[in-house]
Amino acid sequence: MSVDELGAAVATVRILDEAGDLVDGADRPDSDALLAGYRQLVHGRRLNEQAGALVRQGRLAVYPSSRGQEACQVACVTALSEGDWLFPTYRDAVAIATRGVDPVEVLSMLKGDWHCGYDPAQHRVAPQATPLATQLLHAVGVAHAARLKGEDTVVMALCGDGATSEGDFHEACNFAAVFASPVVFFVQNNKYAISVPLARQSVAPSLASKAVGYGMPGVRVDGNDLGALSTVLGEAVEQARRGGGPTLVEADTYRVEAHTNADDATRYRTTDEVDEWAGRDPLTRVSAYLRGVGALDDDIEAEFAADADRMAARVREGLGVDVAPDPDELFAHVYATPTQQLVQQRAALQGEFDVEEA
Amino acid sequence: MTAKMTMAQAINSALRDAMTADESVVVFGEDVGPLGGVFRVTEGLTRDFGEDRCFDTPLAESGIVGMAAGMAMNGMRPVVEMQFDAFAYPAFEQIVSHVAKFGNRTRGTLRLPMVIRIPYAGGIGGVEHHCDSSEAYYAHTAGLTVVAPADNTDAYALLRAAIEWPDPVVYLEPKRHYFSNEEVDLAAADSTIGRAAVVRKGRDATLIAYGPSVPVALAAAEEAATEGRDLGVVDLRSIVPFDDDTVCEQVKHTGRAVVVAEAPGFASVASEIAARVTERCFHYLEAPVRRVTGFDIPYPAPKLEHFHLPDTARILDAVDELQWEEQP
Ligand SMILES: Cc1ncc(C[n+]2csc(CCOP(=O)(O)OP(=O)(O)O)c2C)c(N)n1
Ligand SMILES: [Mg+2]
Repeated sequence: MSVDELGAAVATVRILDEAGDLVDGADRPDSDALLAGYRQLVHGRRLNEQAGALVRQGRLAVYPSSRGQEACQVACVTALSEGDWLFPTYRDAVAIATRGVDPVEVLSMLKGDWHCGYDPAQHRVAPQATPLATQLLHAVGVAHAARLKGEDTVVMALCGDGATSEGDFHEACNFAAVFASPVVFFVQNNKYAISVPLARQSVAPSLASKAVGYGMPGVRVDGNDLGALSTVLGEAVEQARRGGGPTLVEADTYRVEAHTNADDATRYRTTDEVDEWAGRDPLTRVSAYLRGVGALDDDIEAEFAADADRMAARVREGLGVDVAPDPDELFAHVYATPTQQLVQQRAALQGEFDVEEA
Repeated sequence: MTAKMTMAQAINSALRDAMTADESVVVFGEDVGPLGGVFRVTEGLTRDFGEDRCFDTPLAESGIVGMAAGMAMNGMRPVVEMQFDAFAYPAFEQIVSHVAKFGNRTRGTLRLPMVIRIPYAGGIGGVEHHCDSSEAYYAHTAGLTVVAPADNTDAYALLRAAIEWPDPVVYLEPKRHYFSNEEVDLAAADSTIGRAAVVRKGRDATLIAYGPSVPVALAAAEEAATEGRDLGVVDLRSIVPFDDDTVCEQVKHTGRAVVVAEAPGFASVASEIAARVTERCFHYLEAPVRRVTGFDIPYPAPKLEHFHLPDTARILDAVDELQWEEQP
């Protein structure tokens, strides 16, 4: 197969266009499900905005925003059942909150309290991974263990376009394919890895087309189209659950904000490009469609907004409280039982406080 | 000729001067091109030297270091950037199994003149994986030269020297000092790898430090002086090769020593220094050599890091315990 043929073989799945009109040949999305998804999009957008405000106020050290990627964040979670697992990255706070984790707990890592603010086992959400692509192998491991134990768990493993260049991405795809692991690799191709554009990561016709080399299906989907994402991810999850092995799903989307608040995106991309993508916003097309079919009106919209405002207020309140860090924690969790050396070091630190107090 | 510049600018100047002096010097890594690096260390290099001399790679550290090794085999002098200390670990296999060992493996016919720049250590309130003091891994690996500048002049001088060095150099940049402004005298800089510097002379005890711990040691010596104790400070500059002579001369002179480093102390560079000094200076020592280091824990979350990092109080406490006959 030539590179061109490979590229042509992976078309981009869409249901709604930018204006919220049904694309030719697409099935009508279920309005109730789409409305429920829209409510989560509104929440996700609000969480991104609130977290950004908290950074500006100095309450959070840093926040990698998923603005413009909210449809990906919501769809990858609603495709899962309760017993499934999510493996998120630093950019996926909205996905984790959609999964039901208290956003205050999600953001406490970025507040600087501890490396992970929620209980991964409770929600079946792994700690947010910072070393790129490393979590994908853990996802394969969780999936493989589930299979060995006879459970029907599916694992949703997230990463960005940049992370697909790491060796661990390749190893995870290959392992999952070889073991037919119930994993969905969900790549949010937001076109940048900090400043580096997609063209410097790969000259493959698409990231989804890489799946061919591993012997698994690859699907490319409009990452700002909630209905399309839900369909594609839902099918991939069900295939994995049925024992059909992994799927690589690439979402065509865009990082509307800078990499984090510490980054200056004007150094490497034009405002025209950003504006163009802002015009493909994942929220507006869903609301336009829902209004068109009479499933959404101003009252419902106001209700969703009020709901999201209450969530934001809880986040502000929760992150406004400064819990004094407990230095004993430095030593408590390194090993199941602290070593003799750690016990001594904890005592030495305590001794310093005693001197200060005396 | 002196000029005021930050450490990031001093490193940038070293890269520029080396690239100007030697066509075979090339810079690459993640975001080092048009962006100029997340710390702006490579600012303007792509613009001024062209895309062939300074460029972004796909996002893969093993790829970056492995490709650098190949380029070094083929006559170039690559200077690669790892974006943060903990993000160099995907390249560990390349660094330890190949970069460090090619020279020895080939009986010296294949030396790899390359530099791996690593912003390292903490003190910036960074989230996990952005603050590791990873020097022990490299120092423990035979075949790697490991240097860590503490001030802006040395940042320039040691990088120039590292680029000219015949062997692979791990160049550790104390990231918390990237934006500290200092008067820098590029011409007068000592560019000898393997030579420590006595940055403060003292009679009573010697503080031995490197990288980000040198300013902390100097501050402690300053404070001790007000209490009537005269502490000297040795800045190692180069961890490998290690300058036994300069260090031991100072310790013999003072009879007491404290090693300061922010990495966890267990099986650390600080431990190596304490052992070497003890072996060589035993009969001159009035007290066991003390280490003031980070705890043996993963680098803490931002709100807890101040408990972990060696500070002047901890250094002075250690000095107090050096079995003094009389208190100052
Ligand atoms: C192994 C590793 N190398 C480098 C980094 C530094 N880093 C953090 S995010 C990032 C860009 C990642 O881009 P992408 O995978 O596209 O995800 P996005 O941030 O766009 O969501 C880089 C280089 C890292 N976290 N881990
Ligand atoms: Mg990206």
